[in-house]
Amino acid sequence: MTTPAAPASLEVSGLAFAYPDGHQALFGVDFSIARGERVALLGPNGAGKTTLVLHLNGILTGGAGTVKVAGLPVGRKHMAEIRRRVGIVFQDPDDQLFMPTVREDVAFGPAAAGLKGAGLEARVDRALEQVGMAGFKDRPPHHLSFGQRRRVAVATVLAMEPEILVLDEPSSNLDPASRRELADILRSLDVTVLMVTHDLPYALELCPRALILSEGVIAADGRTGDLLADEDLMRAHRLELPFGFDPRSVKTSTKISTPE
Amino acid sequence: MGAGHAHRLYRHGHSPVHALPPHTKLAAVFAFVVVVVSTPRAAMWAFALYAVLLATVAAAARVPAGFLLKRLLIEIPFVAFAVLMPFVAQGERVDVLGLSLSVNGLWGAWNVLAKGTLGVAASVLLASTTELRELLLGLQRLKLPPLLVQIASFMIRYGDVITDEMRRMRIARESRGFEAKGVRHWGVLAKSAGALFIRSYERGERVHLAMVSRGYAGSMPVIDEVTASRAQWSYALALPVTALAVCLLGWTL
Repeated sequence: MTTPAAPASLEVSGLAFAYPDGHQALFGVDFSIARGERVALLGPNGAGKTTLVLHLNGILTGGAGTVKVAGLPVGRKHMAEIRRRVGIVFQDPDDQLFMPTVREDVAFGPAAAGLKGAGLEARVDRALEQVGMAGFKDRPPHHLSFGQRRRVAVATVLAMEPEILVLDEPSSNLDPASRRELADILRSLDVTVLMVTHDLPYALELCPRALILSEGVIAADGRTGDLLADEDLMRAHRLELPFGFDPRSVKTSTKISTPE
Repeated sequence: MGAGHAHRLYRHGHSPVHALPPHTKLAAVFAFVVVVVSTPRAAMWAFALYAVLLATVAAAARVPAGFLLKRLLIEIPFVAFAVLMPFVAQGERVDVLGLSLSVNGLWGAWNVLAKGTLGVAASVLLASTTELRELLLGLQRLKLPPLLVQIASFMIRYGDVITDEMRRMRIARESRGFEAKGVRHWGVLAKSAGALFIRSYERGERVHLAMVSRGYAGSMPVIDEVTASRAQWSYALALPVTALAVCLLGWTL
């Protein structure tokens, strides 16, 4: 990838954070994601992945280091703009979808940013179109299947036209067909993606590049296929491939882009 | 899978009453109930006229009489008390079928029964022609405190989620051989209720996090602006205004 003229979608440098109870979750995290990249964030339970994600849109602040989204530092001053630019899709769609109908839920973000009327309606339609849920506008979210709810959750974030899409365990609890449908949708989007996951084959399928977060630091950063094939590295960070899965035998159809 | 917010009380339709903006309907029902309550109890004909008015609305809304009458049964526990009044009230007494009843009590019972029934019938009509979600928009438009509207809308959204959680906890209890048989088991049930409360509370925190992430800063953005034209207002208010005329007649005659 050539050096992009635009600033990186996400730039994290020297990020450290300790919870008020004294538990330190992050010890100086550095990485950057260029515009349009799809990157997987891998790591065992308790590695600090969620803590890191909550820093990206300023829900957690107050530690050392900086986070920049498309050149804009995350801080109290630009909070509204940052939250518009960073779209986080949480793991449980029942937490994410809190409005009485799908349409209102997707409209929530843009409406909170001040969009109204026909512009708002067009934004909702486009976002639902992108995830293939246009026919479900007036349904209440709790009457949808789990896979459909996850897709609507992605639409609620896309409607804000974010700079970067952050997905927390996007494939969890999905049946194989829903899992593949979601992958197709994510591939079709023209947006920077950071995907937090334990589903290593899914990371390999979707993300050319991967980061391993372990004990509060970035332990590895490279091509997903290379990282997954490195048995010592995987074992050192409690990452395990599903039985019978060999990353070397998989041909990823996605265009491989080497970072930096 | 239910279509839309098909709440049991709502009856899907495309009548002129269904089409009225929710806040005009809310205002009309509220005004109607106030008028009915302030009618003198002795003006029995006035209550008959009110009933005719409601029947007209029901006809316009294409709500069948059977549907309406069945929904009215909800009133029974509330009027049971009225039936007792003629037996226990003091004062002048009259003999009916060999029973000695209090005249005051009879009037009191009639008062509660007539006004209660009319009020419930009006509310049932409102509920069967207006979707829950629309009612919330109406309340928001009528400037009910936003916090109350938000609480009500979250109740609708998460009612099913919490019921489902409760059901899963019951199944988990029963799968391990537990059956609530008597007082001795109330402790277990109470602990389940406590656990359910904590789970719901934690879900509340996660939902809040998701809201904040999408730019929530204390107030819900207005997504659907409900507006009513002068014609729609006059259409909706025809009911309480006619009722008011009947009420005034009742006081003067």
